[in-house]
Amino acid sequence: MDLGIFCKSTLDGEVVDHCFSALLGIGQNADPSYLDWLMKAWGWTLAVAGLSLVIALSLGAVMGTLRTLPSEIALNRFLTRLATAWVELFRNIPILVQVFLWYHVIPALIPPLKAFPSYLLVSIALGFFTSARIAEQVRAGIQSLPSGQKAAATALGLTTFQSYRYIILPMALRIVIPPLTSECMNLIKNSSVAFAVSVPELTLFAMQAQEETSRGVEIYLAVTLLYAFSAFAVNRVMALIEKRSRIPGFIVANTEAVAH
Amino acid sequence: MKSKSLMRAGLVAGLLMGALSAHASSPTMDKMKSTGAITMGVRESSIPMSYTTGDSRFDGYHVEICRMILSDIKDKLGMSTLRINYQPVTSQNRVPLVQNGTVDIECGTTTNNASRAKDVGFANTLYVEEVRIAVKANSGITSISQLAGKKVATTTGTTSVQLLRKHEKANGVNFDEVFGKDHADSFLLLESGRADAFVMDGSILAGNIANSKNPKDYKIVGEVLSTEPIAIMVPKNDPEFKAAVNAAIAKIVANGKMPGLWNKWFLAPIPPKNSIVGLELSPATKNAWANLNDKPAEDYNKK
Repeated sequence: MDLGIFCKSTLDGEVVDHCFSALLGIGQNADPSYLDWLMKAWGWTLAVAGLSLVIALSLGAVMGTLRTLPSEIALNRFLTRLATAWVELFRNIPILVQVFLWYHVIPALIPPLKAFPSYLLVSIALGFFTSARIAEQVRAGIQSLPSGQKAAATALGLTTFQSYRYIILPMALRIVIPPLTSECMNLIKNSSVAFAVSVPELTLFAMQAQEETSRGVEIYLAVTLLYAFSAFAVNRVMALIEKRSRIPGFIVANTEAVAH
Repeated sequence: MKSKSLMRAGLVAGLLMGALSAHASSPTMDKMKSTGAITMGVRESSIPMSYTTGDSRFDGYHVEICRMILSDIKDKLGMSTLRINYQPVTSQNRVPLVQNGTVDIECGTTTNNASRAKDVGFANTLYVEEVRIAVKANSGITSISQLAGKKVATTTGTTSVQLLRKHEKANGVNFDEVFGKDHADSFLLLESGRADAFVMDGSILAGNIANSKNPKDYKIVGEVLSTEPIAIMVPKNDPEFKAAVNAAIAKIVANGKMPGLWNKWFLAPIPPKNSIVGLELSPATKNAWANLNDKPAEDYNKK
């Protein structure tokens, strides 16, 4: 074990002047050290995961809701079928294949997409893939509510949109926070597929840096810790949201179980 | 005259003794004897150095040389047959796999450099690689100086990534680097227009171009960016095995087999598609054959 490798320059292998202080913005290295590079790679991982999360949560919530629409109206039946097709399409193809499709195949068919940077394409791929999973969780949350809730909303004269907006979704989304936590953490880990389409994130850093330094153990150890730390941080944030949004005496009665 | 022949006799005796003692103390050769098999590390798509011809068969310039070396060692050990197990390796796992003994001899496209030499041993160099630039023939690019601000593809986990970074620093230029996960992927980046150039070892560029849909659409241009000895990798803790490999290499070179091997793999049609790599024998490689050595890349690029 030689953690000193992180203080070495990525250009000539010499120890840099500002190993840790450069991170805090105090000093500036003439050439980036492996630690500087690692931090930049971590930034890319978080950026890709964050962008995917925004796409996945918004699309997932919409698609999951559409799958539960009452089927009396023809338009609703169409939307439900559309959402079902969406879910089946994106969860039945392996994520790495989807990433390659978005990077190599789809831009060949739709030329304007060629101008998209690779991190955006990979975020779309990850976001759509995860949205299919989130949609199913949202649907499960909605369907777990007693049917009386919806009936009561209708009896009060609320429209379908209003009953979802004010009655059903506020309850259903609270119920599905635990599985959503898992999905958010999965996104951090799944973002590692971005290395395959040239996003300079943690996995790409690990592969390249261990080749240059022959210090695979130290490099992979650091990268593993950063992945674990990031995923755990997401877990804590979700736990906080779960705690703060809880309605006393409703849905989650067992405080001990929260966020463990 | 007399003293010379005496010296020669002494040398032969010394070599013989070395060879005899080698049998006793080399872990790799002990394993060969006890199991009747050896594991050769090979690459999937490093045409024409080391690649698969389909059906998990492997061939190539280095693979054929390795088979000759192993057959020589087999004879030396007095074995009647030796089974060769082929283990595909990648840029990332080749050094660890040789270090931990999964692979006994790696016949791929590994650069012999000082940092790797701390972990593994290298046989004498039989191929000197020159890092070059591949571009589309109609791009008008002829030199690395024209690549400033352009998209330059290279493969993750190779020395070319660091080479580009050093070049950027030394010349104050900026490339927009894109990274393929393997050489075929990097070439696809060039082919699909996601990259303007592909910087990699000359043989890999030539091999990928030869196997592309329209080889005439691409060309290798520009100055030699770096010169690197590509060598067969052996375990570090087994100098006896390395000596046996080097003795076999010396024999192959002395028998004048190298020019024929070069023609077979670099200038003639090769399987599986009967494509031609078309890489002329470079003076650097010719020099390596004439003066067999295991100098690392650092010694080649000293200016």
